[in-house]
Amino acid sequence: MRPINKTVLTAIAATGFMAAPALAACENITLGSAISLTGKYATNGVHAKNGYEYAIQKLKDAGGIKVGDKCYNFNVIYYDDESKGDRGATLAERLINQDKVQYMLGPYSSGLTKAIAPVTEKYKIPMVEAEGASRSLFNKGRKYLFAVLSTSEQYLASAITLAAEKAKASGKALGDVKVAIAVENDPFSLDIRAGVLDDSKKQGMKVVIDEKLPRDLSDMSAILTKVKLLKPDVLVISGHSKGAATGVRQIGEMNIDVPMIAMTHCEAADVTGKFPKASEGILCSTQWAETLAYKDDLMGTAAEYEQGFKAAFPEYKNKTVPYQVAQASAAVQVFADAFTRAGSLDKDKIRDALAATDLATFYGQIKFAEAGNNIAKPMVLRQIQGGKYNVVAPSKFASHKLDWPRKAK
Amino acid sequence: MDQIFGNLQLLFEFPAVNLEIIIQGAMIGAIFVLVAYGLALVWGVMNVKNLAQGALVIAGGYVSWWLAQRGMPVLVGIPVAAIVLALIGGACSGTPIDKFCRRHWRVAIVFAVAMTVVMFAGLYTTAPGSAWAAYEGVGRTFGTIGGIGLFGILVACGGLYGLVISRVIERDLFTSLLATFGIGIMFEQLMNLMFGSDTQSLRLDYDSFSFFGGIVNVPVAKLLAVIMAAALAIAVIIFMKRSRMGQAIRATAQDARAARVLGIDTERVYAFTFSLNAALCGAAGALVVLVWEIMPFYGIPYSVRAFVIVTAAGLGNLPGVIAAGIGIGVMEQYGGHIFGIGYQQAIAVLLLLLVLLIRLAQQRRNRQVLQ
Repeated sequence: MRPINKTVLTAIAATGFMAAPALAACENITLGSAISLTGKYATNGVHAKNGYEYAIQKLKDAGGIKVGDKCYNFNVIYYDDESKGDRGATLAERLINQDKVQYMLGPYSSGLTKAIAPVTEKYKIPMVEAEGASRSLFNKGRKYLFAVLSTSEQYLASAITLAAEKAKASGKALGDVKVAIAVENDPFSLDIRAGVLDDSKKQGMKVVIDEKLPRDLSDMSAILTKVKLLKPDVLVISGHSKGAATGVRQIGEMNIDVPMIAMTHCEAADVTGKFPKASEGILCSTQWAETLAYKDDLMGTAAEYEQGFKAAFPEYKNKTVPYQVAQASAAVQVFADAFTRAGSLDKDKIRDALAATDLATFYGQIKFAEAGNNIAKPMVLRQIQGGKYNVVAPSKFASHKLDWPRKAK
Repeated sequence: MDQIFGNLQLLFEFPAVNLEIIIQGAMIGAIFVLVAYGLALVWGVMNVKNLAQGALVIAGGYVSWWLAQRGMPVLVGIPVAAIVLALIGGACSGTPIDKFCRRHWRVAIVFAVAMTVVMFAGLYTTAPGSAWAAYEGVGRTFGTIGGIGLFGILVACGGLYGLVISRVIERDLFTSLLATFGIGIMFEQLMNLMFGSDTQSLRLDYDSFSFFGGIVNVPVAKLLAVIMAAALAIAVIIFMKRSRMGQAIRATAQDARAARVLGIDTERVYAFTFSLNAALCGAAGALVVLVWEIMPFYGIPYSVRAFVIVTAAGLGNLPGVIAAGIGIGVMEQYGGHIFGIGYQQAIAVLLLLLVLLIRLAQQRRNRQVLQ
């Protein structure tokens, strides 16, 4: 029996050796990510993870990532940070020291990114993140942190630019344009406020109301009464989904008649579903929309990306794909592009290649400033028109015209 | 500082604004009155300071919201929320079901634990990122069955009154404060699990009446809420004055021992009072969800306001409660207008401090008279 056994073994080994190069044509590059799979950020953490995984699969299907004359696939080690900053930092240490991860994908939210960035910076590990927008992430002189999304102070600043355009068109002096601001008292919303204040100042506009909303907001009629008296030309509201819901509801109840109203978190608060009449004409900011005219070779157009993603993740079938998913995919694309251009797996060469990124993606143009934030992609404003979110600004990528002035009811 | 002066100036520049602020404040204050009167009842009759008051309000809001999500007319939510909360509060306490449940308490506990397991197993599949997301449909059914089973066993075994409150009535102040605070936290977390942490509200497709060039607005939804609150308050007054139970409650509040001697079943009176309070909170919550937003953790401001109102008005003083409730509504609106909306709710706490100081001074004077 022995000889036969040996022959069989040899045969198996031979087929194995011959098949191996054909099957495992690409080797793996291991990335690491601590992400919120449970806890308060779980919903969006899962969105981000799905976005990463979709892009990785697409890259694999397209034949892998070319680095020099070899090809590679991404493979991510995920750990659940339970939406807690200290846990995120510990897990980042573990990824780097125990799992020997050389490249990181970001977590969800500015807070978690803030917790992890010092760790990746300490070990000089390049991290591309897609879900932390706070501008405080990018004023610490970090060299290994890159973000594909627009920073938070840009969220509603584009509304000020738009108001300036409209004022010029209607022959109104910019000094006479009045701005009202109502934002929540938290780091994210205060960034938004700073951006709006900066831009209003640059344009020479007058800020007539500048109030902070409380954390447990359920009534903002006091601010809206002032809006009625002072008649601003732009009203900016940002207070997560409760701010959007309360704002839209009371704007309807009190017949607030401001030519331009801009806010964040319209989708999360489902204002079109809850307040179809009152939400008409309101401007909502977003990082990305599937109707935008962006495209690349891997994903196709923004619309094609959405369809492809829905086919791969059927649980999104009956809703619009959130931008948190799209920007996560874009982060993976940025990494792949950097590997190809660097032609090496050395993490410092990758960092330099990341810093030199100038990439057109389905998510928008990506080009990093010295500080690591993306300066090439503008924030998008969508106006609620007939219950639909239509892109109206920036005008270059707009699919619809802005309805201005907004009419109450 | 400039902003505060600017805001004060607006009040004089546009006198109609004062009217708007007073109307808005009074309309919302009417809802506070309901919550505060419930608290005053429980406080006066059983000497329990109920810190779960706000959580009960929000629970009532969610009952009404849940019904409306399933296509029920919005106003139906108000009586249903009151009934459901009364059952949770302890409306079945002392009835044959309750006695049966107590006799077979081991079975009841096993049943409750089983239902809790079923409910959480169900909720687990619907959590974001769950590994069992494919079974979400089954999970929802499990969650609903478990939730209804748990609700049933809670109601059957005497509700909050029978399970918790009846055990802390005779104890000291801190025991009852801790117990009710715990109930409040438990309610908040349960609602968070069941309905998620998004803000919710209901929409009535009615317009607003506008006066003075649009400065004064009276939304029909708020007007309806005020009418409902007033109708409820009147019903409660008549009930307390005319019905046998109402008289028994008042007798127990005056002197529980004497009432017992005269043949009043004070145990039943306590159970009834607590469930009446829960019903009032439930109805108030159903009104809140009509005019404002709710979220599982929004209960605390309602508890605080109710305490301020009762402390200011005193126990068993309904006209006082009404005046204080509407007063605090108006003061909050003025505070929000002058100091900025971030300080709107702080006004309630500030007023509590003020009221306590005045009370202290009054009592000191009384004590001097005694000397």
